This record gives sequence, structure tokens and C-alpha cells, in this order.
Amino acid sequence: MTFVRTYVEGIGASILGLLAGLGRFSQFMGTVFFWGAHPPMRIKLLMDQMYFIGNKSLFIVGLTSLFSGAVFALQMYLGIKAINMDSIVGPVVAISLAKELAPVFAGLVVAGRCGSAMAAQIGSMKVTEQLDALEVMGINPHQYLAVPRVIGATLSMPLLCGIFMLVGNFGSWLVGVHVLGIDEVMYFQKLSDFMRLGHVAEGLIKAGAFGFLIGMIGTYHGFEVRGGAEGVGKGTNLAVVWGMVTVLVSDYFISSFLAKIL
Amino acid sequence: MADAITFTNVSKIYGDATVLNNLTFGIPEGQITTILGFSGAGKSTLMKHILGLTHPTSGKITSLGTDMETLDELGLREFRRNFGMVFQYAALFDFLTAFENVAFPLREFTKLKESEIKAKVSELMQAVELVPESWQRLPSELSGGMRKRVGLARALALEPRIMLYDEPTSGLDPISTQVVSDLIVDTAKQNAQRKLTSLVISHDVRASLRISDNIMFLEKGKIVEYSTVQGFKNSNNPVIRRFLEL
Ligand SMILES: Nc1ncnc2c1ncn2[C@@H]1O[C@H](COP(=O)(O)OP(=O)(O)OP(=O)(O)O)[C@@H](O)[C@H]1O
Ligand SMILES: [Mg+2]
Repeated sequence: MTFVRTYVEGIGASILGLLAGLGRFSQFMGTVFFWGAHPPMRIKLLMDQMYFIGNKSLFIVGLTSLFSGAVFALQMYLGIKAINMDSIVGPVVAISLAKELAPVFAGLVVAGRCGSAMAAQIGSMKVTEQLDALEVMGINPHQYLAVPRVIGATLSMPLLCGIFMLVGNFGSWLVGVHVLGIDEVMYFQKLSDFMRLGHVAEGLIKAGAFGFLIGMIGTYHGFEVRGGAEGVGKGTNLAVVWGMVTVLVSDYFISSFLAKIL
Repeated sequence: MADAITFTNVSKIYGDATVLNNLTFGIPEGQITTILGFSGAGKSTLMKHILGLTHPTSGKITSLGTDMETLDELGLREFRRNFGMVFQYAALFDFLTAFENVAFPLREFTKLKESEIKAKVSELMQAVELVPESWQRLPSELSGGMRKRVGLARALALEPRIMLYDEPTSGLDPISTQVVSDLIVDTAKQNAQRKLTSLVISHDVRASLRISDNIMFLEKGKIVEYSTVQGFKNSNNPVIRRFLEL
């Protein structure tokens, strides 16, 4: 009996913990919105963040997108060849890339590379009293550190996602036309028949939403850091895990919402 | 002499712990006052109250004649520019060079031209005796003593009226302790005309006796002794005597 009780209590405690965390996170988002709406808007810091995010992620996004497009083209081709529809590979890959692969993969890369870096930077500033130093100078740390990172991630993600789409389609074309021998004219014919601007728009909007969430989660875990270098490591880890999980989970909800309005 | 900071019946209670217990005192303008006390006595809490980073459970605090409770969030931020704070481990921004750390408040809060900022930072760096070779280094490439000096220069950049030092000499070797102590005194002297007030938190008795005009001894949120250095040295209070013999 006591065993069952301890077990149930354990579950209850972790649910309560999660809810409390969500509450603090909402409060944090509110603070960031408040300070984001307050002057001054630090354009230089925003530019620095966008450069940082692009710099950290561009190579990996380029590499993963090339091979995602290539392998997707290959698998589609192998599946569809039997029914003689191989020219459809172009649009199938392009639409999958636009709607899902590009925003989600770019999101995972940015969560892993940049969400973690945000938590690490802000966390180590916190444990070395640099946040207090800002505060004492009359500068709000949320405004100075969180706002440019959140906006930077929100704006950078669609750019990275767009690059992912372009390079991914290049990989698909390379493998489809030049390795598997799909007729090039038909490949582009079908592409223009089925591909819609709305598909691309859906991906870019989702990418922006993911960027926003990754930025919020990364900076939140930085501000939440307690106690020394160990705390910074923990916060960094949490930022990556929750960033990635949030990308995958929110993907479903954002997609079903966009399906209604687009 | 006027007081730069006054506390009137100030208490701070966290849960069931009374961290500041009904404190009433004034910090005289233009002098160096040190708050001494063992770990956990409430020294840092007291300093946070002065900056308006935390608010008293009861009582009244004024700085430079302004009642802190009358200021709203944005007013408080403005008001904090009257203070310069030197942190225990300097708290330099690790993404900026020594030079840029000192220039930071000037860039944020003044409309000085680049050449004027350069001149002002150079002047501050010279005042804290930091050689030009180290100006372009990142904080991680500076020694603890050098970092403290950069922190001091940064705190002085906006010509504050009150300087706050949190454990300025802890973690430093005897020579650096001497240098930093001298800098606190020199800073006070150099800014004597505009009546710079210095408030130091410390548990370094010897350094405190050397640099201070007044010493307050805090224990468990209460003032055990508050007097001039001479009065402190001659105190009959057994707690103080024990502390002096450390
Ligand atoms: N935010 C807080 N919540 C609860 N208790 C606190 C808080 N801040 C400080 N305290 C408690 O108040 C007491 C005094 O803390 P404070 O940091 O002011 O001491 P201190 O004199 O600066 O010590 P030290 O020399 O170690 O820095 C401690 O017992 C501490 O646990
Ligand atoms: Mg302290």
C-alpha cells in the first residue's frame, strides 16, 4: 500500500512541478513582452543575435537539408516507381519540405545550437552577478538580453527555413534527375502543377513560431539558473530538451490551426 | 553633516526569518562608511535595500533626500544612476573588453561622441591605474585584482554620488588588497569636492579600519556598534573585541 501511495504521490509531485514551471514560464513571457514593447529598441543587439544564430546554424542547416532532400527523393522514387509515377517525386518532396521537414529540422538545429547557447550565456551571467550589474545600472536584463534573442530567433528561423527548402529541393533534383534518371522536363512540370505558394508560407510561418518558442525557452532557462557552474549546465540541458520537444509538440497544433486559416 | 542615506525603523522579514531588525541609522555624506559583520548578518540584504532591488517589510529608506517608496519602476531605474556599484567578483560583462566594459554606461546613458568616450575611458583607466596593454583584453584574460579595477572604473563612469563596494578585498592577495583599499580611499579623495559617499561591505577588519571614517557592525540584522573608527577600536562590546582580535 505504502508503495502505491509513494508512487502516486511521486506522479502528483511531478505534475505539480510541471504546472508551477509553466506558470513561471508564462510570467516570464509576459515580462519579455512588457519590456519588448518599451523603448529603447536595441537594433544592434538584435542584429548581433541574428548574425549569431545564422552563423551557428547555417552550415548544419545546409548540410542536413541537402541530404534530407536527397534521401526523401530516393525513398519516394523507390515507392512510386512501381506505379510509373516517378515524375511526381519533385512536388512530393517539395511539399513535404515546405510544410514539415524544413521548419521542423531547422527548429531542431536552432534549438540544439542556439537555444542552448542562450541559456548558457544568460545563466553564466546570472551566477557571476552580471545581471545584477545591469540591474544596478538601471538596465532591465530581460530587455537587454531576452528581447533581442527572442526577436532574433523569430526572424532568423524563417530565413533558415527558406534556405532549408531551397537546398533540400536542390538535393532532390540532383538525386531525382541525375542519379535516378527522372525526366527533367516532367520533374519541373509536375513541380509547378502541384506546388503552391501557400505551402511555402505555411512552412515559413511555422518556422517563425518555432523561433519564437525556442528563443523564449532558451532565455527562460538562462534566467532560471541557480547556483554556480553546475546550474548553468543544467539550464543548458533543459533548454535543448524542452526546445526540441516544444518544436515537435507545437508543430501539430500550429499545423492544424494553419490548416483552418490558410 | 547631512546624511546621504537614512534608514528609519527598517525591517525585512523573509518567511519567519527577520533579516533586518528595526534598523535606524544614517550614512554621512562625503565619507567612507564600512558595514562589517559575519556571514549571514544581513549586509548584502541591506545594500539591496539601498538600491531599491528589494523593499523593506516595514520602515522608510531615503537616499539623497528621496524616499525610495515614492519611485515607480522606471523612476527607480533612473534613480539608480546616482549609484556606482563594485561587485564582489567585479561582474564585468564577459562579452566585452575591459575598455568596452568601462565605456558601456557611457554608451547607454550619455550622448558622448566616440572621441569623447575614448578620452573619458582613458581617464578612468588611468585613475584606477590600469595600464593600456590590458584595455583590449576580455575579463577572462585579466587577474582578479585587475578585474576589480575595471569594475571600479565602470562604476565611476557616470560620476555617481554614492559608491557601493561589496566585499572589495575578499579573494585578493595581500598586495592586491592593499592596492584596492588604496583605490577606494583615492577615489573618495579625488571626488571629495562633489561629496562622493562611499559605503563598503566587508568582513576584512584590518582593511576596514585602515580605509573607513565610520564602521557599523551588524549581527543578525541588528546594529551592535556604529561609530567612528576610533570609537570602534575602543569599543568595550565583547562581540566587537572578539571580532577585532581575529
Ligand atoms: N531572498 C531571500 N529569501 C530568503 N532569505 C534570504 C533572502 N536573501 C537573504 N536571505 C537570508 O538573509 C540572511 C542574510 O543574508 P545576506 O546575504 O544579507 O547576508 P550577508 O551578511 O551578506 O552574508 P555574506 O557575508 O555571506 O554575504 C541569510 O540568512 C539569508 O539566508
Ligand atoms: Mg553578502
